[in-house]
Amino acid sequence: MIARVLAVAAAEIHIARRNLWVLMATVIMTLFALALTFAGAAPTGALGVDLLTVSVASMTTLSVYLAPLLALMMSFDAIAGESERGGLALLLTYPVSRGEILFGKFLAHIGTIALAMVVGFGAAGIAAALSGGAGTESILALLRLIGTSILLGAVFLALGYALSAAVSSPTAAAGLAAGLWLVFVVLYDLGLLGAVVYDNDGFFTRNVFPWLLVLNPADAFRLWNVSASENVALANGMTGVAGALPAWSAPTSLIVWPLAAFLLARQVFRRVQP
Amino acid sequence: MTEHKNPSETGDALIVDGLCKRHGRVQTLENVSLALKPGERMALLGHNGAGKTTLMKLILGLWSPSAGQISVAGAVPGSSEARRASAYLPEAVAFHRALTGREQLTLFARLAGAPVKSVDGLLERVGVADAADRRIGTWSKGMRQRLGLAQVLLGKPRIALLDEPTSGLDPISRHDLYAIIDEMAQHGTAVLIASHALTEVEARTDRIAIMRKGRVVADDTLARLSARAELPIRLKLTAQNDDASEVHARLGGKRINGASVELLCSPENKMERLAHIAALGDLVVDVEMAPPSLEDLYRHYSGEDRT
Ligand SMILES: Nc1ncnc2c1ncn2[C@@H]1O[C@H](COP(=O)(O)OP(=O)(O)OP(=O)(O)O)[C@@H](O)[C@H]1O
Ligand SMILES: [Mg+2]
Repeated sequence: MIARVLAVAAAEIHIARRNLWVLMATVIMTLFALALTFAGAAPTGALGVDLLTVSVASMTTLSVYLAPLLALMMSFDAIAGESERGGLALLLTYPVSRGEILFGKFLAHIGTIALAMVVGFGAAGIAAALSGGAGTESILALLRLIGTSILLGAVFLALGYALSAAVSSPTAAAGLAAGLWLVFVVLYDLGLLGAVVYDNDGFFTRNVFPWLLVLNPADAFRLWNVSASENVALANGMTGVAGALPAWSAPTSLIVWPLAAFLLARQVFRRVQP
Repeated sequence: MTEHKNPSETGDALIVDGLCKRHGRVQTLENVSLALKPGERMALLGHNGAGKTTLMKLILGLWSPSAGQISVAGAVPGSSEARRASAYLPEAVAFHRALTGREQLTLFARLAGAPVKSVDGLLERVGVADAADRRIGTWSKGMRQRLGLAQVLLGKPRIALLDEPTSGLDPISRHDLYAIIDEMAQHGTAVLIASHALTEVEARTDRIAIMRKGRVVADDTLARLSARAELPIRLKLTAQNDDASEVHARLGGKRINGASVELLCSPENKMERLAHIAALGDLVVDVEMAPPSLEDLYRHYSGEDRT
């Protein structure tokens, strides 16, 4: 089983490398992370924290947008594309299960995302530490940011596979992927915000809203990074919500999501008749 | 790794029994039954949309049947034993454009559990070794078809399903392809070839099955199919001095041009007819005799409304 998963992963890495995905993802992450770090150099003094902390706070916001985007762009074509080309039928006549195919692709894609996160955030982190100083806490926050960004990427890779298996054409899959990104990253928060304003600090805002927030992997990602580090929360302005939830809630959400999404993708993929 | 089993103790490479498939309200396969022995080469003929590709997808376990049974070397289609025992060349092979031929074949070898070392030899054998390290996106259609054939040869399958394998191949490549098919058959692989190239399969297969609107309307050796069809033999006579009127007046038949007459006669009457012709003496300078071709047979079996 491992051998087959690795065989699929190896081929998928060749493809990602040759399609310049690896290079593009890494360059994009690095450029944005460096830009944010130096743009964030100004407010350091006001908050009384080191530059790396501020940098991590702004990179957290960046990652909420970019990690799902990169993941969906890599995964939406994974099944619909092969199905349209006709390669999927041939692949499925080999003694390899659909779960193994999916997991092999996942390994290659998550590896690409991990490389981009480590290099991008790592470079920005080193730059911030050198120019503005860093402490144990801010280095830990940076490592947490890298780890949780990879988890967030994993969620959207798996969701991308699920929608790629659900539709038959790559074009439809691309459209759905854009919609999915919009809903999870933008619309969900907007909707909740509207409800909070309407509720005017009532029962909903204090007891339901934080849980609804943590149910969304993108918000769970934000909350985890914020609640784990007071300084990052301070720099991010999210202390209120983070305090209303138990510490385990955001990590649980962000760890359960990739698993659940992967199982969903496998289930949908199993129903595909190439 | 493939294990070597004695074909005689494992029986038929493929058994299809009472297979039906509906796509929504359309019945695409109706009560299809077939059997293939190890080493047997069977041609699967039929009009566009007859159900050839559908039958193959069901045998491979890619689609599930509405009714009926299939046994692939004794295993259920889609099971890992069945997948290990079968090989498939799809109608329009499409590989990932960004992979090189070697990378693509290596992936298949590793999935099939065949030694990765065999990849080089196979690329050589199908004649794409020179292009092995170039992206498949830059390959010609025929080269991709050859790569498709190379993956069929991985892991010594018990049954190979080839869907229009010669489409896009040049004449020499077609010849090579049939040589490879013959070699597979000699090693005990049963081969099912869906094709529209009648003259090719006529010479290179052991048995012929003809499908029509989702049913198998004929399934036998070429010799027995022609005997059963009782199609007439075609006799073409060339007349003396390029003047066919006299011959036509005496024997009947159909004038083709000024100089020739075509006669049709049943196999039993052949000798009698030839005697008549011989009796005309010098009037006839040449006789050509053409037994019914596979195309005639194909028209006979697929054109008529028989079930
Ligand atoms: N996914 C599908 N949904 C609905 N109908 C289908 C589907 N696949 C095939 N069919 C129908 O099944 C019938 C048989 O198609 P099939 O592809 O098996 O034909 P074929 O014999 O391979 O034809 P060709 O010689 O053109 O390749 C056709 O009428 C086709 O429209
Ligand atoms: Mg077909």
